[in-house]
Amino acid sequence: MSTNENAISSRKSARSFFGKMVRNQLFIPLAALLLLILFNIAADIFLHVETSFFKVVLEPSSAGNLILSGNLITIIDNASELALLAIGMTLVTSAAGGQDISVGATIAIAGSTVLRIVKGVSPNISGGKFAVVIICAFLLCVVVSALFGAFNGALVACFKIQPMVATLILFTAGRSIAAWINNNDNISINDVRFGYFGNFIPGIPVPTPVFITAICLGIIALVLKFTNLRLYAQSVGINSSSSRLNGINPKMIKLLTFIILGVCVAVCGFIKVSRTSSITYAVIANNIEMDAILAVALGGNNLGGGKFNLTASVLGAYVIQFLTTTLFRMKVSSSAISAYKAIVVILLIIMSSPFIRKKLADRKSRREAARITRAKAALDAGAGKESV
Amino acid sequence: MEEGAVLEMRGICKFFPGVRALENVDFTLREGEIHALMGENGAGKSTLIKVLTGVYPKDAGSVWLKGTEKPIHIKSPQDAQNKGIATVYQEITLCPNLTVAENMYIGRTKGPLTNWGNINRRAGKLLDELDIPVNPKEQLGNCSIAVQQMVAIARAVDMECKVLILDEPTSSLDEQEVQKLFVLMRDLRKKGVGIIFVTHFLEQVYEVCDRITVLRDGKLVGEYIIEDLPRVQLVSKMLGKDFDDMADIKSDTDIANIDLNETPVYEAKHLTGTTGIKPFDFEIHKGEVNGFTGLLGSGRSESVRAIFGADRVAGGKTMMNGKPVRIRKPLDAMKLGISYLPEDRKNDGIVGDLSVRDNIILALQVMKGFFRPFSKAQAEAFADEYIKLLNIKTASTDTPIKSLSGGNQQKVILARWLLANPVYLILDEPTRGIDVGTKVEIQKLVLKLAAEGKSVTFISSEIDEMIRTCSRLIVMRDGKVVGELKGDDLNQNKIMATIAGGES
Repeated sequence: MSTNENAISSRKSARSFFGKMVRNQLFIPLAALLLLILFNIAADIFLHVETSFFKVVLEPSSAGNLILSGNLITIIDNASELALLAIGMTLVTSAAGGQDISVGATIAIAGSTVLRIVKGVSPNISGGKFAVVIICAFLLCVVVSALFGAFNGALVACFKIQPMVATLILFTAGRSIAAWINNNDNISINDVRFGYFGNFIPGIPVPTPVFITAICLGIIALVLKFTNLRLYAQSVGINSSSSRLNGINPKMIKLLTFIILGVCVAVCGFIKVSRTSSITYAVIANNIEMDAILAVALGGNNLGGGKFNLTASVLGAYVIQFLTTTLFRMKVSSSAISAYKAIVVILLIIMSSPFIRKKLADRKSRREAARITRAKAALDAGAGKESV
Repeated sequence: MEEGAVLEMRGICKFFPGVRALENVDFTLREGEIHALMGENGAGKSTLIKVLTGVYPKDAGSVWLKGTEKPIHIKSPQDAQNKGIATVYQEITLCPNLTVAENMYIGRTKGPLTNWGNINRRAGKLLDELDIPVNPKEQLGNCSIAVQQMVAIARAVDMECKVLILDEPTSSLDEQEVQKLFVLMRDLRKKGVGIIFVTHFLEQVYEVCDRITVLRDGKLVGEYIIEDLPRVQLVSKMLGKDFDDMADIKSDTDIANIDLNETPVYEAKHLTGTTGIKPFDFEIHKGEVNGFTGLLGSGRSESVRAIFGADRVAGGKTMMNGKPVRIRKPLDAMKLGISYLPEDRKNDGIVGDLSVRDNIILALQVMKGFFRPFSKAQAEAFADEYIKLLNIKTASTDTPIKSLSGGNQQKVILARWLLANPVYLILDEPTRGIDVGTKVEIQKLVLKLAAEGKSVTFISSEIDEMIRTCSRLIVMRDGKVVGELKGDDLNQNKIMATIAGGES
């Protein structure tokens, strides 16, 4: 029934379609993406560059494989970790009404765990054995990260500590723990096969992290479709007391979201160490938590918890990476990039703020009021004539 | 502007997404009158007040105040105050940690230095004049709600307001306090202040008001002089239909049908809560409606919460249909077929940002399990069915529940628990803060459910409602069950006496 009505109203006026689009949560990240694309097209034209920003070529890599390269590939490749974190961070934000700031540090832990397993393996072992080692390392790092996630979750759910305060503990201690796992050694893995997961698998021209992210997004989409995670997390985030009286266990749900974030962190950690086949405890995934929170905010999600839109958050992650790559392209020095990013982010956040949205909604209401008043005046005038 | 009017509102429109909250509403307030603004929940009373006080910008229409040539534009509540429109809200909006005098003058002192001695004296003088029994140096939080309410009015009076809006000021006052408030209102009327009085209590309207404006569904029904509008007519105008006399409700229910010898649907022995109630025994039979009564804080809500497992249960035995069961958390109770509509709708009932649809299916969905979500079509069908069944007014099933009026929110919560198809339904204050029409609907529904063989526990602070719907009343005092009334004992006097503890 409602789809019918929608169809009618959208036929009635294109303006109401536009209004609906503006109110849609995906509007801001999509518009931002579109703006960035337009900006780069304009830059291509006016800067008279030799190679377009969007150019993607198939060329041999240093290892001799044919791989795709170009800015677009860099963007979807580099945004992989952020997109993964955006998934977990959105769920945590929704249910717990706060953010986990320890993800960067936990990535270090996860990465360090993986290296601890892989470092002792001789580069000469067969492919099959190597696969077993990798799977073990991966599973262990998932378990470790999930446990750290559960630790954060328990502090938040059972002890009712503000998420940011609770995760501050691991934020501070995480990198030390990561270093301790490997006795603060500088590890680098010589086996090229280890690098496949963060770079390219020979014969496949698309970076592996893109596939990993796609698989994870697929899994979370299935989870949201075949479980009540969305309903429960939102209910708990909006009103935990009435959720409890409806039979939901708010503590379990909060814990669960932190564990899911932990698993996302594990995958990120795995990709990160595979990219470089090494780890720098103090630097790996530095400040990534802030970008993850930003992705959630860019997606128009309320950072105070409640309703969420995962697609918007993931798009937000790609917007952030697109922005970074665009700034590099504009030859902004890496030390100045944060400042430029901040400016763009401020604009986006203001655009998606409740204040601006309310202004837009008010304008719409006033137009409708004017229409009704006019209609009534016309009716009165008509009635007046008749009586005369 | 009309002669003698202090405020005129013409053609006021206000829209919210999907809802026409106000459509072409006119309102006139004259000097020295008490004007009741009546209507059911969702009729647009609060919206009109909020437009007038600058909380919402109006979408169309104009507002004139006495002494202004042109229509005025009210930008904010602060602006409304400066223009002489003062409001006293249902919930006290003063600062409990400041003194009475500080509350009366806060935000209105000039310059960096304030002579608090002087302020205290002025406040004392005004409070004396208005006959409000409070020391200006008393901390506001220590005063009774009635006094706090009156201090809020005194603050408004001192600002020399022309228009005073009282939004449900009597809902938390007892009879004596209400009378004091009325004396104050009549006093202000004599001084020429125009008072807008919003309330759900019909008696009070007929006691103090001069005129009534009735709204329905965001539209103006009419403005009447009080003498011209008998009570029954007022109610029928508010409802838009002939008033279904509430006294009729009980006539067709037959208490004799309940077989008290049968095994009770639910039985508790020595049930001990952790929220300050004494252990109690309780049973309810198939098709029975019973009630818990007692003053606020007597433990009636705590008792039913213990039954539902909403608070931790420390001990005692519970049985469903004679079989021992353990209820430790709400989900246990839900799975056994017990539903509980909590007293505090806003904090324990609704999930504000979620849609009406999600709110309706929530309980049943949780019972079905985490890994077995309803399809969208199924959820939609459930929501549509109950929206129709309970006549819930909502723009769509996607509307967030928080944008519905109080009565309709309550119906959504009812729908949630009816959908769970319980054998035993606990309703804690389902009629609080909602309009007459919905109250009657809910009471009728309770009796209908009982006739269908469900057991219902119905709690209400209005004893009339309890007498009409319940066949047995459990009376509580200070966390203890002090009596059980049924049959001929179910009358106001006997109930009052039992609550109070006098032997009569």
